[in-house]
Amino acid sequence: MRALDGVTFSVEQGSTLALVGESGSGKTTAARMVLGLDTPDTGSVAILGKRLESLKSEELRVLRRSIQVVQQDPYSQLNRRHSVQRIIEGPLIAFGETDASIRKAKAIELLDAVGLERAYLNRRPHELSGGQCQRVAIARALIIEPKILVLDEAVSALDVSIRAQVLNLLRSLQRERSLTYLFITHDLGVAKYMADDIAVMFRGKIMEKGNREDIFKNSAHHYTRNLISSVPRTEPPIQRKQTYDIQALPTINENDACSYRSRCSVGLQQAKCQTESVPLTSGSASHAWLCHFPLENGMK
Amino acid sequence: MSDVLRVENLTVTVPSLEGAVPAVDDISFTIPTGTKVALVGESGSGKSLTAFSIMRLVDHPVKIQTGKIWLGDREISSLTDKEFRTIRGAEIAMIYQDPMSTLNPIMRVGRQIIESIQLYSDVSTKAARIRALELLNDVGILEPEKSLNSYPFEMSGGMLQRSVIAMALSGTPKLLIADEATTALDVTTQARVLDLVDKLAIERNLSVLLITHDLGVAAQFADEVMVMYDGRIVEKGSVHQIFTRPMHPYTRALLDSRCDDTVDYSQPIKSIPGQPPRPALRGDKCSFAARCSHVQENCLSSTPTLIDYGNTSAACFHSEKIISMSEVI
Repeated sequence: MRALDGVTFSVEQGSTLALVGESGSGKTTAARMVLGLDTPDTGSVAILGKRLESLKSEELRVLRRSIQVVQQDPYSQLNRRHSVQRIIEGPLIAFGETDASIRKAKAIELLDAVGLERAYLNRRPHELSGGQCQRVAIARALIIEPKILVLDEAVSALDVSIRAQVLNLLRSLQRERSLTYLFITHDLGVAKYMADDIAVMFRGKIMEKGNREDIFKNSAHHYTRNLISSVPRTEPPIQRKQTYDIQALPTINENDACSYRSRCSVGLQQAKCQTESVPLTSGSASHAWLCHFPLENGMK
Repeated sequence: MSDVLRVENLTVTVPSLEGAVPAVDDISFTIPTGTKVALVGESGSGKSLTAFSIMRLVDHPVKIQTGKIWLGDREISSLTDKEFRTIRGAEIAMIYQDPMSTLNPIMRVGRQIIESIQLYSDVSTKAARIRALELLNDVGILEPEKSLNSYPFEMSGGMLQRSVIAMALSGTPKLLIADEATTALDVTTQARVLDLVDKLAIERNLSVLLITHDLGVAAQFADEVMVMYDGRIVEKGSVHQIFTRPMHPYTRALLDSRCDDTVDYSQPIKSIPGQPPRPALRGDKCSFAARCSHVQENCLSSTPTLIDYGNTSAACFHSEKIISMSEVI
C-alpha cells in the first residue's frame, strides 16, 4: 500500500510549510522521510541542497546537525531518568562536545530562550507540566543550532492556554534564528497561524497546496473546503440545526482515480473522477490542486 | 422544565503530599431535561472527575467528601452501591474518549451490544440482536449487519465510537455523559458524530453532559456551558452569553488564546501566562489570581463565589470590568 504517493513539496529557507491532514493521510510518514528515518521507494529528499540518498552515513550524520525534530507526546520523547540539563545537552554529547562547562552554558542559554528558569536544570520530566516538557524538547532540538525544525503535532497535546504560549515561542524563535519549519498538524487553525504555505494531504497525496489565502480563502479542492468547514467554530450558531449529517463516512474506494471521490459530493456524480487520473493543476505560482472539478474560487 | 440532574455541593478529594486536597471543590449545577450542557476546562480542572463522581466510578484514594446528586426526583447519592448499579448504564450512560476503554478487544462488537441490551431488559438473544441492528442503524452505521460481526480492531475510530454510542443507548438512558468523546476523532468524523448525538438527544429527549477542552465543540453543540478552573465552576451560562459576553476573566482569556481558522496571524495570540494549578489547599483566594490580568487586592484575600447575573453567573469580584471590556471588543 502506498502511504505516500507522488508527494512533492519544498520549503523555502526561513519559512514554514504545514502538512495538514487527518489520521492516515501520510503527514508523519512524509516527516520521517525528511528526517531520513525512512527511505522512499522512488523519489528523493534534498536538505540544504544535498540529496539524502546520495550521502554516505558520515555525511548524513553531519547533515543531521541541521535538522531536528519535536514530537507530539511531551513525556515520551524525553528520557525520564535524565535531568533537564542532561536532556538538553544530549545532542551536544552526540556530536562530540566534551567540555562539560561549554555544554552547561549552552543548556542554560537555550533554557532561557524557551522561557524556563535556570532552576529547571536539575528537574526531571515527571516534575514538569506538558507545556514545560515541550519547551525542554524545543531547547534540546535547538542546542546544536539546526537550520530546520520538524514539528510533528508538537502542540497537539497541550491545553489551549499553554498551546498559545508555545506557538508564540516557536514564532519568535523562528524570527530570531531564521529557522525553517516543517509543521505537521491536524489542526487547521494552528496551520493558519504558523505556516506561510500549507499542503493538505489525504490518503498519501497532497490534494492542494498554497499559501494561507489560497487555502483558506480560495480553496479549490472539495476536501480542503470540507476540512475547513468541519472545524467547530467558537461562535455559537444563531439558530438550532435543521439538518443533520449523521451517517458514517463512506469507505474509500481504492479503485477510484481520485481517492476522495467516494466522499465528494461533486465527484460521486462524475465518471471522470472514477476513471481518469487527476493531473496537478496550477492556479497561480503558489497554488495547485489535484481535482477534475475544482471549486470556483480556485479557478481565478 | 424539570431537571434531569441536580448536583449540590460536590467535593471530591485526591491524595497529595499535603494530604487529601479537593480536585472538585464544592460545585453545584443542574441539567434541565432535554438540554445539552458542556463542561469545559483544561486538563486537571476537575471536569472528568466530576463526571466520574456522578457515575460513582471513583475509588480509594480518590474520595467523594460531600455532595448530593439527584436524578430527576430521586436522590441517587444516598443509594447503596448495589442499588446504584440499576442506575449506571441504564439511566445514566457514559461514553469516553477512547472507545476501547469500553469495548472488549477479543469479542465481536455485536455480541457486546446484545449483552448490554440483555443486561437492561429481559429479552431473548434473537430479539436483542434485532434491537442491536436497529441501534447500529440509528447511530449512522451504513452496514449494521457487517459491523455486528466485526471485531473492534476491524473498525475505524469513528465506527468504534458509534458502536459505543449504540451500546450506551441500549438501556434507554435519560442522561448521556460524553467525556471528550470526539477528541480523538478526525474533524470530519467529529462533526458527524456530534451531529449524531445532537439528533439522538432530540429524538429521545436525552439530556447530555459533554465534557470537552475544545471551545469550538462546546460552542457548536451545547445549549449551556460551564467553565471549570482548579476544581470550581467559575462561570456558567447560556452558550451565547459565554461566547459573546464572558464575565469571568478566565473565560475571556481562554477565548482570546484560541487558535482556530479565524485567528489573526499578523500578531501573537494572547496567551495566558503561567500554568494551570494542580489540586492543592488553596486557602482563601481566587485560584486564577496568579494568572489574571485584572487581579486586585481582594482577589488574594477571599474566594469569589458564583454571582448570579440573570442568564449567567460568574465567580469573580470584577466581572463588571470584564463585561465592559468585551463590549469594547
